[in-house]
Amino acid sequence: MEGLTLSDAEQKYYSDLFSYCDIESTKKVAANGRVLELFRAAQLPNDVVLQIMELCGATRLGYFGRSQFYIALKLVAVAQSGFPLRVESINTVKDLPLPRFIASKNEQESRHAASYSSDSENQGSYSGVIPPPPGRGQVKKGSVSHDAVQPRTSADQQEPASPVVSPQQSPPASPHTWRKHSRHPSGGNSERPLAGPGPFWSPFGEAQSGSSAGDAVWSGHSPPPPQENWVSFADTPPTSTLLPMHPASVQDQTTVRTVASATTANEIRRQSSSYDDPWKITDEQRQYYVNQFKTIQPDLNGFIPGSAAKEFFTKSKLPILELSHIWELSDFDKDGALTLDEFCAAFHLVVARKNGYDLPEKLPESLMPKLIDLEDSADVGDQTGEVGYSGSPAEAPPSKSPSMPSLNQTWPEMNQSSEQWETFSERSSSSQTLTQFDSNIAPADPDTAIVHPVPIRMTPSKIHMQEMELKRTGNDHTNPTSPLLVKPSDLSEENKINSSVKFASGNTVADGYSSSDSFTSDPEQIGNNVTRQRSHSGTSPDNPAPPPPPPRPQPSHSRSSSLDMNRTFAVTTGQQQAGVVAHPPAVPPRPQPSQAPGPVVHRPVDADSLITHTSTSPQQIPEQPNFADFSQFEVFAASNVNEEQEDEAEKHPEVLPVEKASDPASSLRVAKTDSKSEEKTAASAPANVSKGTTPLAPPPKPVRRRLKSEDELRPEVDEHTQKTGVLAGVLTSQPPLPRSVGKDKKAIQASIRRNKEANTVLARLNSELQQQLKDVLEERISLEVQLEQLRPFSHL
Amino acid sequence: MAVCVAVIAKENYPLYIRSVPTENELKFHYMVHTSLDVVDEKISAMGKALVDQRELYLGLLYPTEDYKVYGYVTNSKVKFVMVVDSSNPALRDNEIRSMFRKLHNSYTDVMCNPFYNPGDRIQSRAFDSMVTSMMIQVC
Repeated sequence: MEGLTLSDAEQKYYSDLFSYCDIESTKKVAANGRVLELFRAAQLPNDVVLQIMELCGATRLGYFGRSQFYIALKLVAVAQSGFPLRVESINTVKDLPLPRFIASKNEQESRHAASYSSDSENQGSYSGVIPPPPGRGQVKKGSVSHDAVQPRTSADQQEPASPVVSPQQSPPASPHTWRKHSRHPSGGNSERPLAGPGPFWSPFGEAQSGSSAGDAVWSGHSPPPPQENWVSFADTPPTSTLLPMHPASVQDQTTVRTVASATTANEIRRQSSSYDDPWKITDEQRQYYVNQFKTIQPDLNGFIPGSAAKEFFTKSKLPILELSHIWELSDFDKDGALTLDEFCAAFHLVVARKNGYDLPEKLPESLMPKLIDLEDSADVGDQTGEVGYSGSPAEAPPSKSPSMPSLNQTWPEMNQSSEQWETFSERSSSSQTLTQFDSNIAPADPDTAIVHPVPIRMTPSKIHMQEMELKRTGNDHTNPTSPLLVKPSDLSEENKINSSVKFASGNTVADGYSSSDSFTSDPEQIGNNVTRQRSHSGTSPDNPAPPPPPPRPQPSHSRSSSLDMNRTFAVTTGQQQAGVVAHPPAVPPRPQPSQAPGPVVHRPVDADSLITHTSTSPQQIPEQPNFADFSQFEVFAASNVNEEQEDEAEKHPEVLPVEKASDPASSLRVAKTDSKSEEKTAASAPANVSKGTTPLAPPPKPVRRRLKSEDELRPEVDEHTQKTGVLAGVLTSQPPLPRSVGKDKKAIQASIRRNKEANTVLARLNSELQQQLKDVLEERISLEVQLEQLRPFSHL
Repeated sequence: MAVCVAVIAKENYPLYIRSVPTENELKFHYMVHTSLDVVDEKISAMGKALVDQRELYLGLLYPTEDYKVYGYVTNSKVKFVMVVDSSNPALRDNEIRSMFRKLHNSYTDVMCNPFYNPGDRIQSRAFDSMVTSMMIQVC
């Protein structure tokens, strides 16, 4: 044969193929199965193959010597390129691509073939040159393999023979099928560090025939070093034998090739990718990594906890120190868990390390996980999925939410909800009926609920509701009481009662949700609610009743204030007249003492109650003042028959204007001094009422009392707690009721009403207290939990 | 500028100790060792408050003519001891605190690594580089 000039790449390639075929290392390749397979893999028609064989002289010799083999390969390339087969064409055809040998079995092989053929320049890089970063091309593989090989013990083997060989040695891991392939070509024997996968591959031995060709093809390339490794270490332990090469490696390689088409693809990719920049991850590699990730953690958005990752990567047989370093590099957010990106980076680093690349000191750019993920992952440690959303704790506004990511995610929603809140507040500002209010809220809820994880709870007060929405898991209950409080005016007596009832139910609801929710929100909400209510009520009473003492909404007692508000509003709503405020302040003129029985009845009741409590009030004779008041009250009462409740609510304002009524005054005073006593007063009111039939004894006293009470009232009113006010109102309401005649009935009715009111007030108070208690308990629990979390070592 | 940085485990054996290369590094090791007594003293002085109210930064443990030794204890009783050159007057307490904070953060990062077994020597490169930066910084 004429001299055959081969390019370097061709040289390498051919030598690899020759090695592959030269299973007996005799430098002569008989027309054995491998060669035939190889030629078959070339996808040339049989007659062409025969022609080639004849041309190269094998038929003459009866076997393929190296030169014949090379010539044959060249001819194959020629034939594949479409040139006529001529002996001369061997050298005349320039830039002939490498012969392609397609292995039917392995797509990898075909791929390799393709890559091989296309990679002329890659070939150039084979020889021991560090693979140029270039692209994924198979070439890289070769180069990669080179490098990878270095570290391998058997690396040296490869050098001589086939550049390609190198890395294939695939690291310890197992199935490096890939590697093996490439190894083959290289030199066939020595190189096979891949031997390791041997055990793995042996089963594939059979399959090799077909794959051998593929091998040949691949072998030209250095198999992507890491890739094989990956496969291997994840799966098979025994691969540790990789390093030693042995002829069998060829077979192994083939088997390897057949092993996993996916892996082969990966391998190819790996080869190229590692070099590419050189830390870039190819798509195939990435896909492989993702698949591996899925085996550990099916949720691609979730985390792999540290322990699982440790086990996984330990299989790679890298020293712990290096694995530790890899972990440090790849766990970007330092949370002790790996997201998909982090896992891919770690895997890639492992592969690279296995191939002999030194680990970088810093994570390469291409391996950095997307920062966007950090939000999710930035979570509390492995948190697995806690990922934030779950964070219902996140619902607690940022202040509370333990996990930031969830926080981040809930933020936008919360913002949205806040916007919604704004709207709500606007709506709420307009006094609407309770029902409307609810309906307004309701539609908002679903939206907000959808928007962010925190369910929205409907609260009676709009503002409150907004807060609730933000903080709470949606509760659809409406808290009638709060809205009720907000809108005092329209409520009638019944409403008031209803509201109180609702309040109770609302409380239960609140309780329900408070317990389910983040704790902190509850007290806040309640506080807010109360505050709001207070604020609401505060404004109204103030306006209309300038004279009366200002403020009902004494901040001193939230509860009491709320109660007052409730009361105030309830009462005012009860009033049929306009202006809640106006009503209260317009304390019904106390019935004149002339009105006797009725007022007296009431009075005595009040008086009695007053008497019971009044330790401070000098006028121990409520009766008299009451008496006087009665008259006024009667007049007033006449106008406001049904305003008893209002009276109660308005105790504050009422008191002032009424003043004269010693009762109210006294009651107020008493109330002030002792809220409890007020309750008792209320309780006793009925009793008093019953007793109230006593004649008007007090008339004289009332006069005095009135004066005093007025004075006292004024100052007292200011300080008067809402609760007391309420109770006082109840008491004061009594006087107005009784009319001159038939007062008994009315008195009884009034007392009944009063009692009811007192009951509702107390019930409300009770529910509020209970709610607060629950909130506090929840807070306590949450704090304890946090404490536990923060003090894991406290027992040390 | 820290002349020597040491991380001592709860059982009072060193997890990590590194000094500025000088001729007599053993001297630093000895200083660290003796400072452990002072650390224990300070911890016990805290009383029952133990973890909660005890501040992590212990402050100056004891001064010598050439060096000052600062201490810091974590909630898990891991101690950081730092020997600082006294010749640098500008080194304020806040700076020492920040150095300890960085140490603590790096230490927790090391702990988070699943491949690190608590009780092993710390061989993390990131930790090393952080300590190196501390030791060189204030030069």
